[in-house]
Amino acid sequence: MLLVLLLVYFINHETERSSEYGAEEHSSPLISPNFFIMTKLLEWLLGVSLVAVAWGLVTFDLLGLQLPAVYKEVAWPMPVYLLVVFGCYSLATVGYRVAMFNDCEEAARELKAQIQEAKEDLKKKGLKM
Amino acid sequence: MASRKSNKKTPAEADKYSVLLPTYNERENLPLIVWLLVKYFGESGYNYEIIVIDDGSPDGTLQIAEQLQKIYGKDKIVLRPRAKKLGLGTAYVHGIKHATGNFIIIMDADLSHHPKFIPQFIEKQKEGGYDLVSGTRYRGDGGVYGWDLRRKLISRGANFITQVLLRPGASDLTGSFRLYKKEVLERLVERCVSKGYVFQMEMIVRARQLGYTVGEVPISFVDRVYGESKLGGNEIVSFLKGLLTLFATT
Repeated sequence: MLLVLLLVYFINHETERSSEYGAEEHSSPLISPNFFIMTKLLEWLLGVSLVAVAWGLVTFDLLGLQLPAVYKEVAWPMPVYLLVVFGCYSLATVGYRVAMFNDCEEAARELKAQIQEAKEDLKKKGLKM
Repeated sequence: MASRKSNKKTPAEADKYSVLLPTYNERENLPLIVWLLVKYFGESGYNYEIIVIDDGSPDGTLQIAEQLQKIYGKDKIVLRPRAKKLGLGTAYVHGIKHATGNFIIIMDADLSHHPKFIPQFIEKQKEGGYDLVSGTRYRGDGGVYGWDLRRKLISRGANFITQVLLRPGASDLTGSFRLYKKEVLERLVERCVSKGYVFQMEMIVRARQLGYTVGEVPISFVDRVYGESKLGGNEIVSFLKGLLTLFATT
């Protein structure tokens, strides 16, 4: 019951967040967000527990579905595998972004020239520093 | 007919932009930032005012501001000093109270934020009717000047962690060069309690939470020409604390 309730809010938030990268429009949520705001912490806990349940079901065959052994072999190291993949992705992304971080040499030069111009102009206008 | 021709270049006369400049010991930078603001607002023709909120700087920033007011006029330079150094959030509240524009621009007075981007902010806002437009160092032509590898790494790393944990829908959370609709800023400032870097982050996270739309404009961030900027262990610890607080509460 509680889980269903949480799921509704989760979906609610998913739609609310449909714009991935900033500058886009904001679609209206299914339910008013003021009614109950699901924090990011709760979203994470919910997401992690869903994955954990799915993992447990397959690895330990909790439902007694008699799944082929291959499923189990693939499933049990999956959490570690996912962590490693995520770690690599993080390192690669941050590394790439650091390397691609623009150095605004031109902007600094422009600013220095404008500072000079401003100082002269302000002195002419009677500013005493 | 003839009289209308001269009106051609005045864009949306009803809109007025109030620039809030909180200052503390910025006597070197204040005249320069004001000069640049006057230059770019003059060129683009938007209606504006500059509100200087000086927190009792001992270096005489206020006296410089008074001289600037004489040069540029009382309608353009508005002085709203406070007796002593108080928080950034309260500086905004104080500034908003005296602002006559329907849009508010907040920026640092230390020249790291260049006024040349303000016309782009305004165009972006008009283009999408956004509730707030945020400058971003992390997208498009945006970038920084004067940062070493360590600083870049910390900045990018912190930004990545924040994106993963909060998914805020904006690429630059700790930047403080933004344009807000006045009533939006009023509502946000009311709700935000953090200090320092985290304050800016909380503003944009809460904006998303309240369903406001956010537009972004790439900016170049030229780190302090005068005076030094700091990023020590203390800043990092308080950033992480703030991040976790937002993670648990928004």
